[in-house]
Amino acid sequence: MRFPFKTGYDHDLGLFRDPVQRRWYAALLVGTLILPALVPDYVGDISLVFIYGLCGLSLMVLAGYTGLVSLGHAAFLGIGAYAHVYFVQDLGLPWVAGVLLAALITAGAGTLVGLPALRMTGVYLTIATLAFALIIQEVFTRWDTVTHGLKGRPVDKPVIFGISFANDLAFYFLCLAVLIAGLWLTANLLRAPTGRAWVAIRDSEIAAQSMGVHLARYKTLAFAYSAALMGAAGALFAHKIGFLAPDIFSVLLSIQFLLMVVVGGLGSLHGALYGAVFVAMLPVLISQARDQVPQWAGQAVGVFGKDAGSAAFLALDRFVKQPGLEPGIFGLILVLFILFEPLGIYGRWRKVQLYFSTFPLYKRATFRRQKTYMRSERLR
Amino acid sequence: MSLFAAQDLAVNFGGIRAVDGVSFEVEAGQVFTIIGPNGAGKTTIFNLISRIYDPSQGRLLLRGEEITGVPPHEIARRGIARTFQNIELFEHATVLQNLLLGRHAHARPHFASELLFLPGVRVRERANREAVEKVIDFLDLQAHRDSLVVNLPYGVRKVVEMGRALCTEPVLLLLDEPSSGLSVEETEDMAFWIQDIRTLLGITVLMVEHDMSLVGAVSDRVLALNYGRAVACGTCEEVQAHPDVIKAYLGG
Repeated sequence: MRFPFKTGYDHDLGLFRDPVQRRWYAALLVGTLILPALVPDYVGDISLVFIYGLCGLSLMVLAGYTGLVSLGHAAFLGIGAYAHVYFVQDLGLPWVAGVLLAALITAGAGTLVGLPALRMTGVYLTIATLAFALIIQEVFTRWDTVTHGLKGRPVDKPVIFGISFANDLAFYFLCLAVLIAGLWLTANLLRAPTGRAWVAIRDSEIAAQSMGVHLARYKTLAFAYSAALMGAAGALFAHKIGFLAPDIFSVLLSIQFLLMVVVGGLGSLHGALYGAVFVAMLPVLISQARDQVPQWAGQAVGVFGKDAGSAAFLALDRFVKQPGLEPGIFGLILVLFILFEPLGIYGRWRKVQLYFSTFPLYKRATFRRQKTYMRSERLR
Repeated sequence: MSLFAAQDLAVNFGGIRAVDGVSFEVEAGQVFTIIGPNGAGKTTIFNLISRIYDPSQGRLLLRGEEITGVPPHEIARRGIARTFQNIELFEHATVLQNLLLGRHAHARPHFASELLFLPGVRVRERANREAVEKVIDFLDLQAHRDSLVVNLPYGVRKVVEMGRALCTEPVLLLLDEPSSGLSVEETEDMAFWIQDIRTLLGITVLMVEHDMSLVGAVSDRVLALNYGRAVACGTCEEVQAHPDVIKAYLGG
């Protein structure tokens, strides 16, 4: 096992645990920079991973760190997207100003939702955010002047300071830059008193209050900050999908965001990103599997005779072309994670790390009693 | 003038009068203990002092200043810190983070500078860390600094919770059953710490406790409650010998 050797208090204030970790993150950065050259066909999908990463970060702050579970985050994404497009395309503001204003407006909306959150906890708050999302979706449908209603509105490619980010590769780097900025800001907050106050609220409201944490202020702040991140993500999301319509920002999208933080692992920034990779790439994998699996099955069964092979192919083909397969798989995965790995992909990763760092001494029982749930999961 | 005073304190929960006209005064530098059978209203008094409940009647005075109308998050800044009967630590945070949160009472919000982690934040964090390290040294928590609270045994958690309260630099420390769930040796350690907190740190202690050996070892004054009313007040021996107290515990 490796113990970090600390020589000063600043060691615990840094973003990275030790120089080794810093080098790993540098390697990861280089990796993301050269990734488009390795998999040019997937550049678009990976930029969606980055945008979802921002969304995951946003919900992680709220659900993972402050313990307030929201099922309405798609609404914030929508507000950010529409606001950005309105400011840039209708009012002709610069792109950066559009993003910042979108973040500000969603922060305002987040504050509004956060206010009732001071009186509600657990599942009741979740239902309130759900109601908020439904109302906002209705607003998107009716507010023609800004949203163009059900007709939807096309979104131009981003142009920043006269530089066009029209091609996929440029947009990839734009998303990466915004994601890194979001990560940096969030990590800063989490290592400062604000982040500690959030964690305190998550783990014990009564103790946090007795230690001097102003519950109302910090809960509202969590909502506002989370919403602002979502607003910035919304601006990128608008460019990514190229066409805004109210039905995009549905409850299903909110559920996907929640899935992201739960599957990734509540209470860690890594988890938000793992979850984003998972949620953004799974549909890609499913659609590929849709084409491939029946063929493979057909060939495999085809060994027993041509008729059996084609019958297997047809049956499987019909099954995978069923609508609703994707949400079904998402739901199944969510259930499996909650049952077997409450700390998500990140929790699993930590176990793998521990296995190798303690190599011959690892015991299965090490994690036997550690199937703990955080309070945000228990929904007190 | 006494450091802390409760005057004619009362609270109703529906038809139940949990605390019924209790008055007491805690002098600076004392260890003041509240005892009483289950349901006597001891923890309720603590919750009234930390402003989690609003009293139906009566006043709370800290150094002569009324704190009855102060919001709960202000109490820590005024100099009252507390622990809880069933340990309310932040379980998925490290011991260090728990203790650092104790410094929150004296922090002013600096959201924008924290967002960018400007040098000022680093300076304040270093100062907080230094204050926390003093408490870690005082309570011998060095070995547990970086462990998550979920992974700690109960006895250590009790000490960590007391440490977190000490980090707020209180003038009055409320300990809600400091010895509950502790072994005999841990209880003895707790008695030494309570004495040290009073004599070395000069913090006045108000505690709720059932273990009479601990009460006798550390308390200057004892208040006995029954059904929300004060039954007896005095030194430990006086209260233990008081016929009403014996009646409250043994019936009759």
